[in-house]
Amino acid sequence: MSQYLWLIPALPLIGAIINLLVGQRLPRALSSWLAVAFMAAAFGVSVSAVANLFALPPEERVIHETLFQWIGVGSFSVNFAFWLDPLSAVMILVVTGVGTLIHIYAVGYMEHDSDYARFFTQMNLFAFMMLVLVLADNYLFMFLGWEGVGLCSYLLIGFWYNRDNLSVGTDEKFLSPRSSGTKAFVVTRIGDFGFTLGVLLMFWTFGSLAFQDVFPKAQAMFQVGAPVITIMTLLLFLGATGKSAQVPLYVWLPDAMAGPTPVSALIHAATMVTAGVYMVARSHVLYSLAPTTMAVVAVIGVLTAFIAATIALVQNDLKRVLAYSTISQLGYMFFALGVGAYAAGIFHLVTHAFFKALLFMGAGAVMHVMNNLIDMRRLGGLRKIMPITFWTFLIGALALSGFPLFSGFFSKDEILADGFSRGSIVLWAVGVLVALMTAFYIFRGVILTFGGKPRWKEGEIISSGDENAHDEHGARGLHPHEVSAVMWVPLVILAFFSIFSGYIGLPHVLGENWLGNFLEPVFHETPIEISAALEWTLIAVSAIAALIGIFIAFRFYFSDPKIPARLRSYYPGLYSLLANKYWVDQIYEYTIARPGRWLANAFWLDVDGRIINGFADGLGRAFRGLAQRLRLLQGGYARGYALAMLIGIVVVIAIVVMRP
Amino acid sequence: MSVPILTLLILFPLLAALITALLPRDNMRLIKGWAFVAVAIEFGLSLYMLANFVPNTSQMQFVEFYPWVPQFGISYHVGVDGLSFWLVILTTFLMLIAIPASFSEINVRVKEYFIFFLILESALLGVFVALDLFLFYVFWEFSLIPMALIIGIWGHEQRIYAAVKFILFTMAGSLLMLVAILVLYFATGARSFDLLELQKTIVPANLQPWLFAAFALAFAIKVPMFPVHTWLPDAHVQAPAAGSIILAGVLLKLGAYGFMRYNLTLFPDASQQFAPILVVLAIIGIIYGAMTAAVQKDLKALIAYSSVTHMGFIILGIFVFSQQALSGAILQMVNHGISTGALFLMVGLLYERRHTHLITEFGGLQKVIPVFGFFFLFVMFSSMGLPGLNGFVGEFLVLLGSWETNPAYAAVAAVGVILAAIYLLWAYQRVMQGPVTNEKNKTLPDLNRRELALLVVMAALIVLIGIFPDYLLNPMQASVTQLLHFDAVAGLVK
Repeated sequence: MSQYLWLIPALPLIGAIINLLVGQRLPRALSSWLAVAFMAAAFGVSVSAVANLFALPPEERVIHETLFQWIGVGSFSVNFAFWLDPLSAVMILVVTGVGTLIHIYAVGYMEHDSDYARFFTQMNLFAFMMLVLVLADNYLFMFLGWEGVGLCSYLLIGFWYNRDNLSVGTDEKFLSPRSSGTKAFVVTRIGDFGFTLGVLLMFWTFGSLAFQDVFPKAQAMFQVGAPVITIMTLLLFLGATGKSAQVPLYVWLPDAMAGPTPVSALIHAATMVTAGVYMVARSHVLYSLAPTTMAVVAVIGVLTAFIAATIALVQNDLKRVLAYSTISQLGYMFFALGVGAYAAGIFHLVTHAFFKALLFMGAGAVMHVMNNLIDMRRLGGLRKIMPITFWTFLIGALALSGFPLFSGFFSKDEILADGFSRGSIVLWAVGVLVALMTAFYIFRGVILTFGGKPRWKEGEIISSGDENAHDEHGARGLHPHEVSAVMWVPLVILAFFSIFSGYIGLPHVLGENWLGNFLEPVFHETPIEISAALEWTLIAVSAIAALIGIFIAFRFYFSDPKIPARLRSYYPGLYSLLANKYWVDQIYEYTIARPGRWLANAFWLDVDGRIINGFADGLGRAFRGLAQRLRLLQGGYARGYALAMLIGIVVVIAIVVMRP
Repeated sequence: MSVPILTLLILFPLLAALITALLPRDNMRLIKGWAFVAVAIEFGLSLYMLANFVPNTSQMQFVEFYPWVPQFGISYHVGVDGLSFWLVILTTFLMLIAIPASFSEINVRVKEYFIFFLILESALLGVFVALDLFLFYVFWEFSLIPMALIIGIWGHEQRIYAAVKFILFTMAGSLLMLVAILVLYFATGARSFDLLELQKTIVPANLQPWLFAAFALAFAIKVPMFPVHTWLPDAHVQAPAAGSIILAGVLLKLGAYGFMRYNLTLFPDASQQFAPILVVLAIIGIIYGAMTAAVQKDLKALIAYSSVTHMGFIILGIFVFSQQALSGAILQMVNHGISTGALFLMVGLLYERRHTHLITEFGGLQKVIPVFGFFFLFVMFSSMGLPGLNGFVGEFLVLLGSWETNPAYAAVAAVGVILAAIYLLWAYQRVMQGPVTNEKNKTLPDLNRRELALLVVMAALIVLIGIFPDYLLNPMQASVTQLLHFDAVAGLVK
């Protein structure tokens, strides 16, 4: 078969190169739609590649293409090569499919920004890197994509690099886009440090970094619980906590909301942040050999899901609610991976990509027509003004809540069922509690944004916190309306998938888990053995949790809106803890950043300045003094030589400088 | 080989310098144009060498041997192998960048400036190709003088202090090395300064540590390694931009090259013995340099300290005795030359526009000079080892080889990779992002055609080496294996 897999990442790369070189000179529409076209083309090639894959017998479903050797030294060798199997097939469809929709939406969203070419260059470059990440046939090439998406994330978070503060109409102070970008890159790089070491250990353990060598060798060489595999998987997982925003490295993702909203949807919800989930699932052979690591993954996942959900309860900025929600949902995915339910984790990755991209784009639509206002305390009543945005957002919210028969219901239910039967009841219980909180916070968002009466006035001018923001919106008064078709059509398509993508993974008692079967040749999972009665019970529990959460949200923000304030005054400590995000940023600042700066200054000013230079200068003085005393007594060879050379140089300098 | 290409490479810049001296002083265009033509021809000569290099051998190539002072066993003996080959090309390439990079910065004593640069090129190439210790030492010291003059005459406010510090530090090391070379001559009984002859003899075990230390001190100062690195920030901050390009790009490599060529082959036992000390100092340098870089207020000092970090990786790669790490170290020498050269070039461009290197003087420049901003960030990512660009390959190979020797080495060194992101991105943020606060920055011109051409060439190399590193790695393999063989034999003897 001729090679064509490379086309999938290459197409968006070509788009990025064109827009980099000439984009700013092209008309806005041409530049933007060019980027869309290359994404759509990549989606088309992906679909046909997956169709070819599907035509193969299930156990032979791998398409492997090698381009050329990248690095080869001694026994070390690594290729630029692609690997399409059911797992990467799912990933490329999500990346190019959702990616194309977000690109289309972005054409509308960025219609007033003069830097459109830079934006679409970076978006296409991101797609290239993400596709490399999921199509690479070895860990080092994967790492190229892994770091590459980090680069694009950095660039796009800091897209509005010259603004100090993007938030408008609010007293909340967030990190500037440029600081957020730097923070995101540095924090994820702490994780990449672990990833790098994991890769080094992997090479010296297996003599290769290619999937086709590593996994069979791991199974042949090691027993379950082998320490070297445990260390390796823990190191790789550190990488995942950075990229997929898990405890303790999740702190960059909320600040990443400083980027344009299509970026939040594409990179910080649907694709890049799931890279860690993909990587762990891809390495399932290794993880399955390391029960200790698996326990760590599950606990970190649940812990992250819980912490992020509690913070999301009290955020006022709708995008930040969604950001914490993403962290929390990624926690669910790791919970699934940690109990060995790899297919369930990937299932939730897929449904989450649809409904979270939808929610972000809905929030973006609100920002777009509300002059960037996104503080929910000042929204409200948009239901009738933006009906399409409202209904699609509502669908996204129902899917995220795990409302019965929506996509998130099936994927979350599968995780909880697997968590219950293979994990522990404690983790499961926390998972159910998180499901309840999830339903609450997202319906709080729905009600405060779209429900009730407007807390803004037609024609009102929203003050920007940043005098450097010369946004075309800035000076105009508020005049919200439904967004244009280029923005709502993607919303409608995503809403469709937010409802129906759940049906590719039905629970046992309802039908066939198509996705699970498709991924079976990759994961070789043994199906869970629980009785139909228990399965129905678990389904009922998670459905009830979702309904309770939604009910409480309505009670708090619709029927009896005094309750939140009352609760806040009853439990001021708890509220402050959550509102301040457990003070984690501050803890990192005081325990790591400040001591680090202090030490660095001590190195520079004291060690370099006082000690080393002081010693050298002292030696120089002593040397000169000694030289003067010995000058006539003794023609020391070394001294004379040095002196002669120094004098020579001084003379030449003098001659050259003195001459007119 | 009938064409004495190495002698041509050494002599042509001297000839070009002589011709420069004869040109009319006032015709600056002619002087600059001629200097550029000269380094271009020189680069062409090195490409001739590239085209005729035989990759799969560790034998010295393009060898020329003429007795010089036969009664003392001194000869004019030159040649290149996989260790020095790319460094020769790096030198001629960076000169091709440095000369045009000076065109608008240098307007006083133009003639002397280019004469010194051409002499410097000759001396640097001599160091890389010399195979006789006496000849090597002559070139080594000879390279010092034009660089000191370039800093001392065309540098900034504190130039004399920086030049003197540069000379004193490097001389302190090289004097001991001279003594060690003389001891080697007498003690081995070879009565020869020829490197290949001396490699065949076994240096007495009781002498090895002393001689090793003497050579190592000279090279460590040049690299520079912690704690003898403090001359470097001063030299860089004061040097003109092109001086910094060559200082960081080539001069520092002399030290790392010396470790490989002399310490490892002449004193294999002592190399084994001392390796842990050098590795620890290298790793301290990686962390220390990176942390110190983060708090610099002067952009050039920041890049200077980042060189301490990068050179730490190179020394680590040399002293873990691994095929991957040593290859990575040599590749990293080339990478550092290109990336740090490009960074110094760009800081120089900022200096030409604003006459300062202070970070606080800038801010928000990306809006004003976006093309410059693109290349600045691009090179920074190369410098912090982004996969797909050149820096990653060298750094990764060094880490890979270090891990085999001792995982702790790799683990601590890899912290430097995190720190690199901090000091570079934070600098980028403060210089290029945010609002434009300083009125003077609002009207800066973006890159002109000459500047753009230089940066496009360097950016292209950064990508090409990142994607096709094998093209550089393959020709060095035989020599790297051979070099590690010295060490392996020493291990057996022990």
